[in-house]
Amino acid sequence: MFEIIRKDEMAKGTIVRFDINAPNIAQKIKPGQFIILRVNETGERIPITIADVDRLGGIIAIIVQVVGKTTALMRSLKAGDFIKDVVGPLGKPSPIRKLGTVLVVGGGTGIAILHHITKAMKEAGNTVIGIIGAREKDMLILEDEMRLLCDELIVTTDDGSYGIKGFVTLPLEKYLEERKDIKEIYAIGPIIMMKNVCKITKKYGVKTMVSLNPVMVDGTGMCGCCRVNINGETKFCCIDGPDFDGHQVDFDELEKRNSMYLKDEKDSLLFSIK
Amino acid sequence: MEQNIIKYKTHLNTYCPHCNNRLNVKEKDSEYILFKAIYKSKELDLKLSAYLEEFTIDASESIVEGDKLSDLFCPHCKTSLVTEEKVCEECGSKVGKIIISAYSKLIPFYICLNSGCKWIGLSKTDKRKLEQKIPRQEMPEQDHKLRVHNFMEVPYGLTSELAVLEANRCIQCKKPKCVDGCPVYIDIPGFIKLICEEKFDEAAKKIKERNVLPAVCGRVCPQEDQCEKTCILGIKDKPVAIGNLERFVADFERKMDLVKIPLIKEKRGKSIAVIGSGPGGLTCAADLIQLGYAVTIYEALHQPGGVLVYGIPEFRLPKTIVNFEIDYLRKLGCKIELNHVIGNIYTINELLEDFDAVYIGVGAGLPRFMNIEGENLCNIFSANEYLTRINLMKAYKFPEYDTPLPRGKNVAVIGGGNVTMDCARCALRTGAEKVTIVYRRSRKEMPAREEEIRHAEEEGIEFKLLTNPVKYMGDNQNWVIGMECVQMRLGEPDDSGRRRPIPIKGSNFIHDCDLVIVAIGAGPNPIIFSTTPDLKRNKWGYIEVNPETMETSKEFVYAGGDIVTGAATVIEAMGAGRIAANAIDKKLLDL
Repeated sequence: MFEIIRKDEMAKGTIVRFDINAPNIAQKIKPGQFIILRVNETGERIPITIADVDRLGGIIAIIVQVVGKTTALMRSLKAGDFIKDVVGPLGKPSPIRKLGTVLVVGGGTGIAILHHITKAMKEAGNTVIGIIGAREKDMLILEDEMRLLCDELIVTTDDGSYGIKGFVTLPLEKYLEERKDIKEIYAIGPIIMMKNVCKITKKYGVKTMVSLNPVMVDGTGMCGCCRVNINGETKFCCIDGPDFDGHQVDFDELEKRNSMYLKDEKDSLLFSIK
Repeated sequence: MEQNIIKYKTHLNTYCPHCNNRLNVKEKDSEYILFKAIYKSKELDLKLSAYLEEFTIDASESIVEGDKLSDLFCPHCKTSLVTEEKVCEECGSKVGKIIISAYSKLIPFYICLNSGCKWIGLSKTDKRKLEQKIPRQEMPEQDHKLRVHNFMEVPYGLTSELAVLEANRCIQCKKPKCVDGCPVYIDIPGFIKLICEEKFDEAAKKIKERNVLPAVCGRVCPQEDQCEKTCILGIKDKPVAIGNLERFVADFERKMDLVKIPLIKEKRGKSIAVIGSGPGGLTCAADLIQLGYAVTIYEALHQPGGVLVYGIPEFRLPKTIVNFEIDYLRKLGCKIELNHVIGNIYTINELLEDFDAVYIGVGAGLPRFMNIEGENLCNIFSANEYLTRINLMKAYKFPEYDTPLPRGKNVAVIGGGNVTMDCARCALRTGAEKVTIVYRRSRKEMPAREEEIRHAEEEGIEFKLLTNPVKYMGDNQNWVIGMECVQMRLGEPDDSGRRRPIPIKGSNFIHDCDLVIVAIGAGPNPIIFSTTPDLKRNKWGYIEVNPETMETSKEFVYAGGDIVTGAATVIEAMGAGRIAANAIDKKLLDL
């Protein structure tokens, strides 16, 4: 049983942050790695890449978007409640080293994972330029935290209610055009965002890492549910990833595989409401 | 006075009611009840054998005095078997009542002690019992038409009457071959004899001396390739149903609430970490606990049991039974840490700082795919994923449980092992209209147990043998709609001894399907190796061990089960766990 120490609702309650007491995991987990949690006895196992960690306090932070049954159930939990199972760290840590100037791009809840990686990038001595985007102003998360970490931070919103109007790809292309010293890009967000970011960065020949989020069951390589196509080869995201070279990822296949359970998710949510 | 032998031909096991020793002897192909008799008349000897066809009295060298059969006694405890004296119904003289136990009932018969009388009193039914040859008792099973609609266990198990009857088939070999066939050397004749005597709880204890998971092993061991394969009865008849008896005893003990926790007297003051709570890890842990070690099991999933909970379906191994046997281990004092992925949360070296030895029993947790076109289409699963969803996550109860259930009307399962059968039968129980097993060799080479293949056939699963998929086709949403297969023929035998399948050129055809399960085995999971590169591995990537101790290239680190051998059976993993436990004990004591 893992206690929720703190809970914050963000983005009009559609995104929730949980600080979970998990001292052993907190000791070990590195940026880019994920946990799998199961809320209760009848729950499913869902993978969540962590947003932050407090090693001394023994706390890990996760940020989830409320999309289906499990995340809706999570939103109903309060500080002091327990999550039945949390297992981690899982996956490989993000490859972080001093490169010079790096660009980090985040969209939606992807900013949560990006935040942890950005922190490590900065600690490793990199100059970090950040571009984060959301649908609208109220949906943007972790802006203050990212501003603290990044040497420069650009914000975009799809509807123009805050920052630059448009997608993150807009300022990204501008940066790549103007600055030739960007050594690496980390892009984390919705599949379509990562796909479009990679399309652009490939043009400029800048290595781009992405963090993938396929459906998983065990998260330890046992089931192969999370298989992704990397450069024509099947990889298991849970043990070979979750970070991959974005230029090698077959995003279309991932998107289709991730939509496999859309109908079931709806049924599950309806069933729980009834 | 001289001792002589009286024999009565029988197929039953008979016992002395005083010392419980067996009275049967085996000569050539027949079984006899054996008494030792003291008698005083040669005349009596002749008459007895003349009248009682089945009785033979070997009196050739005896000195005959007097004319009275004075005693029949047990050759083991020397107690008289004549318990009562009565008047003979034929001649009016004294009659001795002899009681032997057979069928776990005491069977009385009378022998007239008068040398001139021909009378032997044995009721007709008792006599029939003693002469009867018992066929192998099969377990009643759930009807195949009913069972394809539920996840309830298929065989109901033996009743106590059937179990006693079956146990009586065992001829109690002096040098039992069945024990050699058992990877954990259960005292098979010992527990079967206790069943004959209806001492079911003692029989359970007898098994547990060697095997902590009897209810599991009774269900999933391939007995036909192990203990029952070497049973002497199997030469002319069917072997004793050892597995079914083991299952009966364990179930009886559990249902009757007779499980007792043995007291562990000695404490070794040392601790062992066991990685993986599958059958091998559980056995290793149980043995070490009973030897007085403090044991902690680390399990990656949220439930202990390994393949017993995520892999083997409910209808073959009910999860309440697995949980019960694991609970027994907890009661013995074993600590089980769930949600711990060793390699990530702790490395092996970190464990060695806190523990005196480590046992790796993580199984072969990396499903194989064929790497053919279209294998990542939607609704194509590994057997591990499909079974984990259904068994561990209880997806068959979706949406009551949150994990979605993979659905298909026309299901294809690739492979020929037990796991293939499990997947096919799960598919049938979760709404498939047609399930086809696609296997590249013939039925004869299938590695699945005969019973599993039979159950699958009975339930209406189709077999497409000598067939191999080469490519999958999908619709515009990337969902699988069919597969291209090629027909195979069998060539020369390969390393496994089975004939190698060879594709027949131009024999390709399309097989429609909307759900595919790839059940072609698993390879070694890399997580532990990623942080313990100094663990020596063989060319297939499995851990190298000394087969006598199961110790790896790293001192104090032991390994066994599928991570050493590749996919094998539950009991083989248990055997490895036992070897390791003994070796660990020896090594730590010698320090």
